[in-house]
Amino acid sequence: MLSVRSLHVDYPAEGGAVNAVRDVSFDVARGTFFTLLGPSGCGKTTTLRAIAGLERPRRGEIEADGRIVYSAGKDIFLAPNRRNFGMVFQSYAIWPHMNVFKNAAFPLEVGRRRLGRKEVEAKTMRVLAAVGLDDLADRAATKLSGGQQQRLALARALAMEPTLLLLDEPLSNLDAKLRERMRFELTRLQRELGVTTVYVTHDQSEALALSHAIAVMNEGRIVQIGSPADIYQRPRDRFVADFIGSTNLLDATVIAADAQTGRCRIATALGELHARGNGLSRDEAVVLSIRPEDVELFDEPPACADGDNLCCGTVDAKVFLGDYLDFQVKVGERLLLARAHPSLRAAPGAPVHVRIKADKCIAISDRRAGSPE
Amino acid sequence: MTIIATTAIFDSTRQRLEPQWIVIGVCIALVVWLALVPLAFLLWQSFLTPQTAAEPARFTLENYAAAYASGETARLLGNSLTFAVGAAALSFVLGTAFAWINERTNTAFKSLFLALALVPLVIPSVLFTVAWIFLASPKIGIVNLVLQSWTGSDAAFVDIYSLGGMIWVDGLHYSPMAFLLMTAAFRSMDPALEEAALMSGAGLLQVARRITFRLAWPAAVAALLILFVRAIESFEVPALLGLPAGIEVYTSAIYQAVNKYPSEVGLASAYAVVLLLITALCVYTQSRLSRHDTRFATVTGKGFRSRRVDIGRWRYLTAALFVLYFAVLVLLPFLVLLWSSLQKFYSVPSRAALATVGLDAYRNLLDHPGFAASVLNSALLSLGSATFVMLVTSVICWIVVRTRMPGRLLLDSLTSLPLAIPGLVLGLAVMVCYLKLDVGVYDTLWIMFIAYVTRFMPYGLRPTTTSMLQIHKELEESAAMSGASWATTFRRIVLPLIKPGLIAGWIYVVIVAVRELSSSILLYSPGTEVISITIWELWQNGQYVELSAAGVMLMSVLFCLVMLAQVAGRKFAIIEP
Repeated sequence: MLSVRSLHVDYPAEGGAVNAVRDVSFDVARGTFFTLLGPSGCGKTTTLRAIAGLERPRRGEIEADGRIVYSAGKDIFLAPNRRNFGMVFQSYAIWPHMNVFKNAAFPLEVGRRRLGRKEVEAKTMRVLAAVGLDDLADRAATKLSGGQQQRLALARALAMEPTLLLLDEPLSNLDAKLRERMRFELTRLQRELGVTTVYVTHDQSEALALSHAIAVMNEGRIVQIGSPADIYQRPRDRFVADFIGSTNLLDATVIAADAQTGRCRIATALGELHARGNGLSRDEAVVLSIRPEDVELFDEPPACADGDNLCCGTVDAKVFLGDYLDFQVKVGERLLLARAHPSLRAAPGAPVHVRIKADKCIAISDRRAGSPE
Repeated sequence: MTIIATTAIFDSTRQRLEPQWIVIGVCIALVVWLALVPLAFLLWQSFLTPQTAAEPARFTLENYAAAYASGETARLLGNSLTFAVGAAALSFVLGTAFAWINERTNTAFKSLFLALALVPLVIPSVLFTVAWIFLASPKIGIVNLVLQSWTGSDAAFVDIYSLGGMIWVDGLHYSPMAFLLMTAAFRSMDPALEEAALMSGAGLLQVARRITFRLAWPAAVAALLILFVRAIESFEVPALLGLPAGIEVYTSAIYQAVNKYPSEVGLASAYAVVLLLITALCVYTQSRLSRHDTRFATVTGKGFRSRRVDIGRWRYLTAALFVLYFAVLVLLPFLVLLWSSLQKFYSVPSRAALATVGLDAYRNLLDHPGFAASVLNSALLSLGSATFVMLVTSVICWIVVRTRMPGRLLLDSLTSLPLAIPGLVLGLAVMVCYLKLDVGVYDTLWIMFIAYVTRFMPYGLRPTTTSMLQIHKELEESAAMSGASWATTFRRIVLPLIKPGLIAGWIYVVIVAVRELSSSILLYSPGTEVISITIWELWQNGQYVELSAAGVMLMSVLFCLVMLAQVAGRKFAIIEP
């Protein structure tokens, strides 16, 4: 449906242009929710704006719904107002001089297709109803709350029945509670309407909750593309492992690797561990990623299956966070972050047993770590 | 962010010629033409001898020799500088003192004073000057008569026809400008800086002297430069008060040279070129200074809640000072005009004259065939030029703020360039230009329209830019994403959003266009007089009572316009995003 190929975008800055986006390629299947995720300045918003046509790329090609909207080779650049993509901006960009209805009706009144007044009204009211704003149609846009403005921006983007919906950090200006609710609303709407969506965010929990597929970006490049589970459980490099969720990262060396099973043994500061990793060879330097929730803590020595890693440590600090406890456990000279059920009683200073399943220890080749392909 | 942001709308259509390019191109061409071409003609003319039927113009340096290498040179320069520095200093001292009282103390009725401060600025200089002639001329001046009757002497106590008189009238008239400039400077100052001094044990006046005025000094220098430029390009006061006493400054010398027979346009141009250099230098320095004064962190753009000191019973004294100030500034001139407008022939107030009060002057004026025509001309010119200026500058401002077009900063400077051109010099340049270029505008209202549009472009650009900078660019981008073309976006999103700036600029241009005299005086011809010119002519003809009647009516109308503008300003400020 959407296909971005070898996209390069420069961004003008003091002292020459900056390569904001370098060689970015991805495909988005029809009707899916695709997220560009990364820290600020990684090029995700620039990529989105290039798709929208608000930024003119330097090289590459963008095709949507079988129509090439940008191609450097063929010298095609379709103006944003000819692309028929809906977009929700970070600031919502609700026009303060129009009321709710006029804001949402605007896309139907301008552009190529001229609709009758009746039709404009019917379509606008339908889309306002979809976001739950139909009873506020006559209200001044400046009199809306943050959440309502967000819905209105969404309604306006959807009113034109866009081939593609672009969302630029639409939830970042809302408070935590409202953000949670809008997250569900957004998923519901997208799944109901089946509109192909590209979403930009720096919030990994948003990305994991909303998306069919995620592209993690860093320094203008895509580091990994995959399903939310993929990205979370099988990060391909140190950056992804570190950026998505919290994790324990340990430098390690491969002692033995089995290419068939993907199992390996590695030497770390915690001692020798069983881990999982693909394409590793003996003596290779790797990074080991262990999620805090995969670090299991016990007061008594636990049962141990084949391939489980066991070690002993002392509780260094613990933080009560309501539905779980955050522990810092000292194993040898290393501090490990662990997440445990509140029922665990171990006090700071007390000895504790640590179990980590081999499947949860992800060894990432250091050749890729931090330096994406 | 806003300024360096791409406007792909702009990039997108590089390949094809679309309507937006025609609009943008025409606006740029217009600004370049208006700002530069007349000046080029002016410069060229200053090197030519007068053209006569017998002899064509030829190249010469004589104009400059006559203007700058004669005994007149030093006197002219000395008079001009003394007058401009004196008037600027008087304005500054008065304006700053009252601004400080108004901003930093709890003087009684202060909100009223701020509203009134605009009023003197809309009074045309020609009226203000004439009113002061009625008040302080050696022969008929009321002030002299009153003092004489008190003291029993028949000496002239004050003489308005002197350098001191010129400085007094001009400096007094423009002191509200200093008041507004310094009020803005005091308002943008972080009150914590003064509070810290107060907590260190400094008294009210110590804080003012050692903290407030020190911090305000970049703004003060900028204000002084603005006031100096305004005073040196002032024409009405030097012409009405200086010429009868034989005191010439640059502006009046230019006027004299043009009105001589045969007229010496070349000499006038040579004077104008140097006057232009002086003003350009000051405006340039002022704009540099304003750009750098962020170093002092006094002007942060934040609206601080300014600190008010309780000065106890002194607040009634300061209020009394304000009342006195406005009496001298507005009330006295207005009353003397009102008095004279009710007479058949001009006479000083007395019991005998009170018996002859009547409305004859108003009747004569309204019967005067030229008067109605000049009102119509003024209305056409001020409304027309204000509307045109706002439309052009909104496009220019959009280019400067929203695009990355090369040369856009130059375009901004070009549009602001007329700020540095004295009105009389601009009038001369436009006159020379369209005398040479025979496009049929000479001797018509159009030539005045051209001069007005050129002169007032900068006034349109400023408020529009302020409004445009406040609009998030995503508001335009979302219109493009909705499928709107450039023209639709401009018409339905940009223009409505910058409406507060457009309206403020429009009203301002209308007001300054109504009181404009110094450009018009070289460009009008029989049938194209505007109100200020009619008043000027009435003075030259000695029709003082009719002049007073015209002045009273004009001042009343302008006063209502200002009040309307303030109400409108308050109303539209609310819906500003």
